Amino acid sequence: MKYLPLALAGLRRRKLRTALTFLSVLVAFVLFAFLGAIKQAFLAGVELAGQDRLITRHKVSLIQTLPESYKARIANIPGVGAVCHFTWFGGIYQDPKNFFATMPVEPEAFLDMFPEYVVKEGERKAWLATRTGAIVGRSTAERFQWKIGDRVPLQSPIWGQPAGAAQWEFEIVGIYDGAKKGTDTTGFYFRYDYFEEARQREKGQVGWYSVRISDPNEAARIAEKVDAEFANSPYETKTEPEGAFAAGFAQQVGDIATIVMAVVGAVFFTILLVSGNTMAQSVRERVTELGVLKALGFTNGLVLVLVLVESCLVVTLGGLAGLGLAWLIITAGNPVPSLLPVFYLPNTTLVTGAAMALALGIAAGALPAVQAMRLHIAVALRKGG
Amino acid sequence: MNTDRPPLVRISGVTKNFKRGSEEVHVLAGLDLDVPEAEFLALMGPSGSGKSTLLNLIGGLDRPTRGSVQIGGDRVDELSDRQLAAWRARHIGFVFQFYNLLPALTAERNIELPLLLTGLNKARRKQQVAAALEAVGLAHRARHFPRTLSGGEQQRVGIARAIVTDPTVLLCDEPTGDLDRKSGDEILALLQSLNQRHGKTIIMVTHDPHASARASRTVYLDKGQLSNTPVA
Repeated sequence: MKYLPLALAGLRRRKLRTALTFLSVLVAFVLFAFLGAIKQAFLAGVELAGQDRLITRHKVSLIQTLPESYKARIANIPGVGAVCHFTWFGGIYQDPKNFFATMPVEPEAFLDMFPEYVVKEGERKAWLATRTGAIVGRSTAERFQWKIGDRVPLQSPIWGQPAGAAQWEFEIVGIYDGAKKGTDTTGFYFRYDYFEEARQREKGQVGWYSVRISDPNEAARIAEKVDAEFANSPYETKTEPEGAFAAGFAQQVGDIATIVMAVVGAVFFTILLVSGNTMAQSVRERVTELGVLKALGFTNGLVLVLVLVESCLVVTLGGLAGLGLAWLIITAGNPVPSLLPVFYLPNTTLVTGAAMALALGIAAGALPAVQAMRLHIAVALRKGG
Repeated sequence: MNTDRPPLVRISGVTKNFKRGSEEVHVLAGLDLDVPEAEFLALMGPSGSGKSTLLNLIGGLDRPTRGSVQIGGDRVDELSDRQLAAWRARHIGFVFQFYNLLPALTAERNIELPLLLTGLNKARRKQQVAAALEAVGLAHRARHFPRTLSGGEQQRVGIARAIVTDPTVLLCDEPTGDLDRKSGDEILALLQSLNQRHGKTIIMVTHDPHASARASRTVYLDKGQLSNTPVA
């Protein structure tokens, strides 16, 4: 600690340069944290996917529907514990930008299948008792300031108007929370019986099935059996573990992890060059001062550490400040809830960022520090004279 | 003087050669010099005669090509880099022509630098810094940065930094070379006082006969050899 003022003094010599380097590192780490949150948003479904759940969809694509009658046939396959179905509704509230995942489901089967959606018992009962009832995730409820008892009109670009009404109207009977961090709480779920009765086309068709299996180790075998059950029918199926399904969904946008890694790698490489150049310049300007320190008795090792500490003070603190700022912004709210329902800064990104900040600080200062360590005192002092 | 007592500084047969491109430059050639304790020695000579090189060898900043440098019984030329750094911190105080203060540190922080290498706690370091500032008459300028001090004041801070650890030898490289006559005289008076009142052994490189007149002995260096008379 007694050497800290010395390291700080080195940074104070060129305050503007130090501030600009600090800010460039800070901005890079804000970007890193945001990319980490975006990556997490795309891959959260994969991480949180139930090990004991399969998804069965139309073999051609997710937008092709399947007969509702498949539910009973899937349930009869050995190893299958429970089945529920979903249909994409595409709910819009008032304005097309107010878009969120909306799906008709069978309430009991749905809540049993997804214990990560936590609904109070009274609200569960209210949903079962209310035909037009819907439960909505906490973040969407907060976004539109909905509360229980509110009547909410939604539009569907897929299903148009319901029979005999101008728009789909639902009563909010419950607000669900996530059992785990990262659980999507932007969804809006309403009753399938109301949907089936009110829709004007494709009656008896559903989007896809969630299938709970009794033994996750049997997933591949059961998936094959499900697909074999409907082989050579007009509605052939493709069954895969929920995690693989979520990964495939994310993959439609692109290889998010690789894109994020490429961007982060380029940014950090640039930052390494910027901060490394700053430190090299700083050492070049202080050759005589470093020579004086050595003449006073500072060892080569101590001079090396001083330069490294200086580098870490700018880069590591800049990085940590960037992570902190990003955390504050991300915690304040999801800027794009329609596009990325799950948006938070994972702890792994914070820890990785902190480690990267330290590593960058050391890497940026390494070469200048070695040069400072190797300075010959007499030569360094001659440069000052 | 007790002639049985070995000199504080003993330079024996010191040769120093430098490589300049493919050419070998002979700066010091088999040089001998004894400096007794509490002497104020002035080292004079024309530019390029090797004065600063000799000072660097005595201060352990450089190593001789041949010969030995012995200070207070320690063979300085035989110490490792790490041992040499510790030895310098304990035994040598440097005063430079251009002061060489760290611009981002206040006067007191500059003076404290050599004390950081000792085991002293903050309070003791502060006490010693205050005593050194008092000794050079700059107690009232403790919190000033070098850029706000005059050349003479900066050199006083440089001297305070050199004496703060109470080193065995004070090595001064043209300490008045960058100062006007009045400030130079003040610095020389200060060095003389440190020698006469506190018994500090001082070796001072200078071009200036006026400065060397303050010393108790003057030696002249030319073409790598020392003599007791000025070079013609």
